[in-house]
Amino acid sequence: MRRRGAIAALLAAPLLLGQAKPVLVPDVSQREVEIAYSFTGAELLLFGAILYPGGRLPQGEAPTDVVVVVKGPTESILVREKEKVAGIWVNAERLRYRSAPSFYALASSRPIARLVDERTRAIYELGVDSLQLSPASSAPADVQGRFQDGLVDLRRRAGLYHEAPHAVEITDGVLYRARVSIPARVPVGRFTAETFLIRDGHVLAAAVRDIDIRKSGFERFVARAADRHAILYGLVAVALSVLLGWAAGWIARRI
Amino acid sequence: MDLYLPIANLSVNALVIVLLGGGVGLLSGMLGVGGGFLTTPLLIIYGIPPTVAAASAASQVTGASVSGVFAHWRRGGVDAKMGGVLVAGGILGSLAGAQLFRLLQSVGQIDLVIGVVYVVMLGWIGSVMARESIGVIAVARGRRAAPAARRRHHPFFASLPFRTRFYKSGLYISPLAPLLIGFGIGILTILLGVGGGFILVPAMVYLLGMATSAVVGTSLFQTLFVTAIATMVHATTTKAVDIVLAGLLLLGSVAGAQVGARLGTKVRPEYLRLGLSIVVLLLAVRILLGLVWRPEAIFTVELA
Repeated sequence: MRRRGAIAALLAAPLLLGQAKPVLVPDVSQREVEIAYSFTGAELLLFGAILYPGGRLPQGEAPTDVVVVVKGPTESILVREKEKVAGIWVNAERLRYRSAPSFYALASSRPIARLVDERTRAIYELGVDSLQLSPASSAPADVQGRFQDGLVDLRRRAGLYHEAPHAVEITDGVLYRARVSIPARVPVGRFTAETFLIRDGHVLAAAVRDIDIRKSGFERFVARAADRHAILYGLVAVALSVLLGWAAGWIARRI
Repeated sequence: MDLYLPIANLSVNALVIVLLGGGVGLLSGMLGVGGGFLTTPLLIIYGIPPTVAAASAASQVTGASVSGVFAHWRRGGVDAKMGGVLVAGGILGSLAGAQLFRLLQSVGQIDLVIGVVYVVMLGWIGSVMARESIGVIAVARGRRAAPAARRRHHPFFASLPFRTRFYKSGLYISPLAPLLIGFGIGILTILLGVGGGFILVPAMVYLLGMATSAVVGTSLFQTLFVTAIATMVHATTTKAVDIVLAGLLLLGSVAGAQVGARLGTKVRPEYLRLGLSIVVLLLAVRILLGLVWRPEAIFTVELA
């Protein structure tokens, strides 16, 4: 929540300075995503309007860009690195991270590196290379860098970390929209959709919306049963396998 | 046809999983192995998290062995006394295995140990079985003279006390022998996440010298109980049993096991053993390559 506080402070900063800056009015197509048996992922439409002071488009200024970031719930993870020892690949070094996002997708109207400098990217966590992963164990900077690259590469290949430059469309400088697809293998929980308005390398405005992803119906029932009534669930699983096996034998004898 | 798995937290093609179960079930009915040693790695390759794969494969093996046990029981191919002793040993072994598993997991070398144990066990069993079955086939075809009668069972097992009669197995040995074997299988079941049939079958043939007619049925009998226990252990500790995944695998494997059991009676046992030894050796080579070749992912992530 520290970050959201920082965003709020930054939102308020222009107001405190007494300057009239544009305001973002963002929204998300779905505030809740329900996972049912046919769930193969979800596509979120993030859209909204940029309100300029006085309701007029500024003339002759640098173009305004929009960046949308969707983040999944953070997890505490342990990353291990394999090394070749005596001809066999074994786990050697490891690094623990307290809060790595389980999902991270960034959509922008132009490549993020062209919009803001490295420092701003780090502050707002804009881009998979600028994630603040906070390793729990102290390790030399080069080792940390290697592990972070390894983790990002692994999750990028799994479709969990994703960057899409040019994915945000801005219509007439006022309306913007972007599609972000969420793969089926994300964990359930509270996702956040952050929208940033950027001009001249500065973040002018930011806004956050929450999205809840949760299991519904049968899927929720099964997940809950496995968690809360473990013994009963195990017995049902064993009974199911014995019953199906026996039924198949019974049928096979009659054919 | 995509279906979401509520515990694995991802969606899979249901047809692929059913077919996978079917193929493994066919082998299991024919050869008397549970097939967990094939299902678990295949599910992991498909992208299912390893713990969920191992836990759900265990219940699939239970189902596949049930129909096999019934089929063999009617044929008189199950030695319940022998099976009971093996199961008792298996329960003790899985308790010991769970401790070992936890220890290795905390050191982070569980994957390595699993890989090395697989290669050693499979390589050894596969080559012993292949050599023996090829010898028998050569004799049957008249290309080679029958070897001199071999010892019925391994001298170590013959020396154990409290001998008793196992009628269907055609044995008069100490119950400590199958108890020890069951104990070893129990450890492997937890460690490798498999039923252990692929080790138990050769152990019964070559270490105990059991009558071949009772080997497959009794092995399935033991597998049935040990995997049911493993499912319960996973359901209560790792909570990784995905009942939807298990159901899909079961649909395929129980049908496959029936077909397999019928095919198994039509083929001579030495050819079955040769077939199993080839599968086992191929798998050993595959796992060895996995250890030696540079892995695709140098980094691995686990929740902590």
